[in-house]
Parts: sequence; structure tokens; C-alpha cells
Amino acid sequence: MMQRFIGFVRKEFSHIVRDRRTAAILFGMPVLQLLLFGFAIKNEISEIRVGILDHSHDLVTQELTDKLLSSGTFVATATLSNEREAGEAFASGRVNEVVVFEPAFGDRLLRDGHAGLQLLTDGSDPNVSRIVAGYTTSVVREYLREKGLAASGIEAVPLMMFNPGLKSVYLFVPGLMAMILMLVSALMTSISITREKESGTMELLLVSSLRPVQIIIGKVVPYLVLAFVNVITVVALAFFVFGVPCRGSILLLFLESLLFILTALSLGLLISTITSSQQVAMMISLAGLLLPTVLLSGFIFPIASMPWPLQAISNLIPARWYLVIVRGVMLKGAGIAVLWKETLILVVMTALYLTFSVRKFSERLQ
Amino acid sequence: MPEQVIHTDKLTKRFGTFTAVDGISFSVRPGEIFGFLGANGAGKTTAMKMLTGLLIPSGGLATVAGFDVYREPESIKRSIGYMSQRFSLYDDLTPRENIRFFGGIYGLASKELREKCDRMLERLDLKGVADTRLAALPLGWKQKLAFSVALLHEPKLVFLDEPTGGVDPVTRRRFWDLIYQAASGGVTVFVTTHYMDEAEYCDRVSIMVDGRIAALDSPEELKRRYDAETMNDVFISLARPARRSE
Amino acid sequence: MSAVLITDGVSKRFGKVEALDGVGFSVDLAELFGVIGADGAGKSTLFRILATLLLPDAGRARVLGLDTVDSYRMIRTRIGYMPGRFSLYQDLTVEENLAFFATVYGTTIKENYELIRDMYVQLEPFRTRRAGQLSGGMKQKLALCCALVHRPELLLLDEPTTGVDAVSRLEFWQMLDRLRRLGITILVSTPYMDEASRCDRVAFMQEGRILAIDTPSGITGLFSKPLFAVRAAEKHHLVPVLRSYPHAASVYAFGSTVHYTDSRPSPDMGDVAAWLESNGIGGVGIERIKPGIEDTFMALMESMTSRREAADA
Repeated sequence: MMQRFIGFVRKEFSHIVRDRRTAAILFGMPVLQLLLFGFAIKNEISEIRVGILDHSHDLVTQELTDKLLSSGTFVATATLSNEREAGEAFASGRVNEVVVFEPAFGDRLLRDGHAGLQLLTDGSDPNVSRIVAGYTTSVVREYLREKGLAASGIEAVPLMMFNPGLKSVYLFVPGLMAMILMLVSALMTSISITREKESGTMELLLVSSLRPVQIIIGKVVPYLVLAFVNVITVVALAFFVFGVPCRGSILLLFLESLLFILTALSLGLLISTITSSQQVAMMISLAGLLLPTVLLSGFIFPIASMPWPLQAISNLIPARWYLVIVRGVMLKGAGIAVLWKETLILVVMTALYLTFSVRKFSERLQ
Repeated sequence: MPEQVIHTDKLTKRFGTFTAVDGISFSVRPGEIFGFLGANGAGKTTAMKMLTGLLIPSGGLATVAGFDVYREPESIKRSIGYMSQRFSLYDDLTPRENIRFFGGIYGLASKELREKCDRMLERLDLKGVADTRLAALPLGWKQKLAFSVALLHEPKLVFLDEPTGGVDPVTRRRFWDLIYQAASGGVTVFVTTHYMDEAEYCDRVSIMVDGRIAALDSPEELKRRYDAETMNDVFISLARPARRSE
Repeated sequence: MSAVLITDGVSKRFGKVEALDGVGFSVDLAELFGVIGADGAGKSTLFRILATLLLPDAGRARVLGLDTVDSYRMIRTRIGYMPGRFSLYQDLTVEENLAFFATVYGTTIKENYELIRDMYVQLEPFRTRRAGQLSGGMKQKLALCCALVHRPELLLLDEPTTGVDAVSRLEFWQMLDRLRRLGITILVSTPYMDEASRCDRVAFMQEGRILAIDTPSGITGLFSKPLFAVRAAEKHHLVPVLRSYPHAASVYAFGSTVHYTDSRPSPDMGDVAAWLESNGIGGVGIERIKPGIEDTFMALMESMTSRREAADA
């Protein structure tokens, strides 16, 4: 019995290693994706090109401008003399932001305690826009405090818990893990089973008296192992290259990942029982699993800001729950006492999919 | 003597250290039915690919339909017809759509094409199923349609790669009627087959063994030379001692 | 003689297509039984039902004394099946394929080596080559080895020689002959008529039905008309000219000759020769011959077609 199982698994590994594309996807993808997300796609902005439109030209506006430019983030790329020039500077891409001081800015500030300062940002890129405005506001606020000119007595000083630097890697790592596990477990298993259907070897496996459960386990175990290797790779890379910590129990993180791999594998199985061609299996996996994992799990777009139908759908997506778990364990140091609900949901989902696909796995040809 | 339709001189193809086709020299005369036989792996497919302009030879000379295989593979492709058992027509298109599509590829004007299409469907007795998807038609019907489509642009030379695989004996003979018809119309036919009785229908037959041409003559002459009753016996006595089998 | 395989009224339909229509026959122990028919005759459907991979819509089949529907699991361990398409792992080597199928059946290559030795010796030089890179003949030998590796009592071989050259086919059939002598029952399908003569008995299949079952010599007895072989110096025009002869019944090219039957009760072949010569065919020779298996199959096919056309009309 054990002999059969080992033989089956060995054969499956041979398939994986011999097909360069499969091997590349399995081993190269996780690393490549993480590096891509980690280095290339950043939300922090290191340089803001700013244009100054100063209608006042007094000591205060001069000090504020200096303060901005000396902070290191802002670079003055244009000195403007009217609103029309500001528009042109945006259109040509010379500036991300224009700071406009109203006439007699310094006088008003010193006399009335408030003055008009306008921030123009490039709304065609809302993300950058928001960050730029935030940075500028905080510099201005600091200047006012130094001068003892804070507008009101109470001031809120924000501190980002768990991710004080608001590093985007912290956001991407959990999402990436969900995505990679979906890809390796669900997509690869469904393709490898449908490939046997296409090539006719499934016919031989069926007449060989192997039980469906044996065929399924034989096909699934190699991908389970590989997916788990990927979890370790991603967590290690995240820690050593990007300094993403694991504040909670690493054992818990791995166990939860194993659970999620099982969920994804059972989804892959399910797909392969309802299709008979590799192409269709791939389409279903990509459109039906990977896309929702990226878009609706809270990986990129916050679930709270989705319209209610999408929020409802997101509940059906395993990655949504897995994301909560990974963020909880890695970033907040949460334990199972906090995450039992999400874990239970994944367990139930897996059990459902698995039962259904084993039932559906036909011992005959259709 | 009229110009040869195919002429090769020491035509060779090597893949790495492996010589798939090892210096074959032969000629095919205009209007003849030339049987190109050989065991699986003898180098038939590679030779066919060179002659149809799909593969550049490693050495030797060859002209096909008057064009050089090294310098003018595109002209060769334009002036020959090709049909294989494996790929011929689109199963999800109808006979009419297939004819239109392949006619279009060969640059036939649309008015001419429409007339040809109607005539062809009539001649092949496929009018009733002109707008049925090919997938639903019997294999024998598809094969005769594929053959006619290969002749659509009126090539002087047509390559048939195992054209009759898998059909019943009656349909197989009807297919050969079409081949004879085409040959009597002056088309040169270059055909491969595993049915040895079909080898007898050819004017001349070559038998490839281990990358070389082991014999080339009319079936009658070959049978006399090898003291054999049938072409099957000739083939087996030639191909049996083959050393390589890939 | 005990029947290893019995089918009774087996039918199967796919959508509008009647793939099998009341197929009934039986195969005896250690018999080499051939199913002859073209693509689409229903051979593969029949084999899949016998291999317990498909359920028949109607009728029953018993394999090794077991029902193919109820006892499919028992049957599966005791038969060897070779599907119509080459169905091994193309990315695994010859040896890996064989070892894999051995382990799947819980056995080893060594245990049943003497059964596959004759073929495996030929495969040995290519042991480490991937199966996808073998020639057609070699692939089929490997597939047969894989089907034999667990020493099955019954072999179901679906078109093992299609697309394989004449030499490899000859070797393949010699191998089947040896296996039969070892007591293995073999059901094999083929589109090549010449292979039928190598079977103990053959069944002709056409459009899901069995036209006839008999020994190769017995089956030619179904050919009732006198058959003639006509030869001429000029082959190309012989068939169309002969076909236009007013009393011609069937005219088919057969190797270097043309096989001819006449529609008259007692054919006048002198008149046929004269007619050919008057139409410009020289060197005519005509002799009466015994019908072969292919002649018989074609005659049965034609009569079935004409019966059906009559019924349609």
C-alpha cells in the first residue's frame, strides 16, 4: 500500500521537475512576486516635486517654504507667479504638488491666528495625491507648533500601530501568501489532474483498481509539500529581506497556512472533477479563484469600503479569512483565541469542498 | 524528358549527432503517384518536412516544383498542396467555411472562390452538409474534403501524409479513386501510407530504412527483385533488419 | 470451453449517436479474438464498457465471470487494458513508466519479467529515453508491457497497431501469439484487415453493430458471389472503365489487381475482357479467386448500407 503511494508521489514529482514551465511557476513565482511587490510597488514616496506659488512673499512664507524643502522629501522644481502656470506645471508633469500662499499670508497669520494655504495635488493619481497632501500638512503643522501658533488647544497626533512606518510590504506579504498558495495548490492540482484526463492516462489509472481516494491523495500530496515550501520561502524572504516580523507564534502561522493549502487543494480538486481539459481548468482557476483572491479578499481593496453585494461575496472567499489570520499572527501577534472563528470557517469550507469533490470524482468515464 | 517535380541529391538532415535523413537522392516525375514508405522512425517525416519547405536541410540539394528548398521555401509552400491525417481542416467550421478559409489563405479571389466552393461541394456530394460543422461528419467525408481543399489552389504537386488512416476499406478505396482522378488530371502525388496494399496502387515506390532509401522502383519490379508476392513482403524483408528504431 | 467474456445486447448512445447497438458475443479462454472495423464503428466504446470504464445503457457484459457494472473493482485488478490512444506518461522514461504501472498494481517488474521479456529486450536500449520520444512501434510495445506488468488474465487492446509500420505490426502480432499460448485471453481491435487472419475468431463491426462473427476461414464463406481478380497493363484507368461495365456489381482495387463481382447469376468474363480491350485497356488478365477477409467485410458493409438505404426509402 505504502509502496503504491510512494510510487505515485515519485511519478508526480518527476512531472513537476521535467516540465520547465511548471517548475518555474512553482519555484520562481513566489520569490519573484515577493521581490516585485516588495521593491517595485511601494506606497511610500521618496521625492515630492513641489511648485511654490507665493502671493505674499513675506518672512513667514519664506520660512515655511524652507521648512518644506529642508525636510528631505520635497524638491522645488518650479517657482510660479500665477495659477495658469500652476496648471501648466501639472500638465507637463514637472510637479506633483503646488503650494499656494494667499496674499498677506504672514500678516494674517500673526494678526488673526489663521491664514489661507492651498494645496494643489494631481488627482489623476489619487493614491499619490493623498500621501503628498498628508506629508505637507504634517510639515505645516509642525512649523506652527514650533512657532507656538497651533490653531487650537487640542491636537491629535496619529501613530500607526503595528506598522508605524506604514510600510507596504507589511500589507503585501499576507496577501501574497494567499495568492501564491491559491496558485500552487488550486491551479496546479486542477491542471495536473485534467492533464491526465486529456492524455488518456486517467483511463489507465482508473482501470488499475486504485481507489479514487488513493488517486486523489497521490495527486495532491506533492503540491501540498511544494506549497508548504513556498510558505516557508515567503516568510523567510519577508523577514530577512524586508524585515517583516512574525510577532505571533510561527508554528501557528504554519499550521494555519497548511489549513489554507488544504482549502485551496480541495478547490483545485473540485475544479478538476467538473472539467476535462487543462485549458478550461486554468481559466476557471484564474478567473474563479485567483482574481477574487486578489480583488475581493481585502488584499488590495479594503473590504469595509466595498458595496454590500461584494462584501457578501467576499465572505465566500477563503483568502479573506486567511488574510485576517496571517495579519493577525504576523503583525499583531494574535493567537488562536482571537482567530478561532476564521480558522473554523476555513475548516468548514475545506471539509465541504473535499467531500463534494471526492464524491464527484468519477470512477468511470463520462 | 520533362523537368522533375521533385529532385533531391544527397539530401541530409542531422539533429545533433543523429542523422535522421542520410543522403537521399531520388526524383519524382510529373503526373506520377509516388509512394514514400518506411518504418516508423526511418526518417520519412523529416524528409517530408524538408521537401515541403518546413525544415532546412543540413546538406545536399533538393528542388521541389522547380524551387530550391534552401532559398525558396516560401515559393514551395505556395505551389504545393498538403494534407495529413493529423491536421487538415477545422473541426468547428463547416465544409463551406473551411473551403473559404483555405481558399483565402492561398489568395483566391472571392468570386472565383465562391464558384469553386459550390462546384467542389457538388462534386464531393457534400451539398447537403455544406453548413454542418465538420466534427459531425464521418471521417471518410472529412478526408475527401481535406484532399480537395489541398488541391484548391491547383498545385502541380500534392503531399499526402497517411491520408487514409482509420477509415473502412470501402472509403479507403473511394479515396484512392480521388487520387487517381487528380493524377490523371496531371497532378503529381507524393503519398505515405502504412497500408501496404496501397503501395501497389502507386506508380513507383521508395522504401526508407534507417534514413536511407533502401529501394525505389515500380511495385511490380520490386516484387520481382525481392521475389515477393506482395508489397507487404517486400517491405518486411527490407525494413526488418533496420538497426535503429526511433 | 469456458467463456472469459460474454456480452449480451450491449447498447450505448452518446447524444444522438448510437455508438453500440445490441452487441452480443463471447470469447473463450486463451482465445485471440479480433474486432475489425473502421473508426467510428464503436470499437472503443465496446472496449471501455468491457474495461468497466463506461456503463452500458442496455444489455449486460460479464468479464472473467463477473458483471462489469456490479463487480467492476474485481475486474479491474485482473484485466490489462490498452486504450486506443497512446496513453502513457510522455515525460517519464521507458523504465519509469513501467515501474510506475507495476507499483500501481502492487507488483514489480521483476516479478513478471518473463512475461514481458521478449518485448522488454527490444526496449532495453531506450530504457532512459522519455516515452514521448519513442517511435510508434516502440510506444506500442511499451504500452503492451505496461498492460501486462501485473499478469492479467484478459487483455483488452484497443487498436494497438494503428499508425504503426508493417514490420512493427508483424512483431506485435507475434507477441500476441506467444501470450495466447501462455493462456492469456486477448480481445484486440484493428482497422487493418490483413491482421484479422491472425486471430482465432473475428467479429466485423460497423456502425455499432456486429455484422458477422466467425473464424477467419469461416468468415470468407459468407462471401457468396464468384469473385474475380482483373489485372491490366494500365492500372489507373482500369477501375473507372471496369466500373462503367453495365453488369459490374462491385469493383475495388486490391493491391496490384482489381477485385470484381458481376451482377448476373453466371458472369461472362470473356465479355468483360472484350469490353475492357474495346475501351483501350491492354494486357487484360482475369482469374477466379477465393475471397479474402477484406472482400468479405466490404461485401457485408455494402449489403448493410444498401439494406439501410432501402429501409430509409
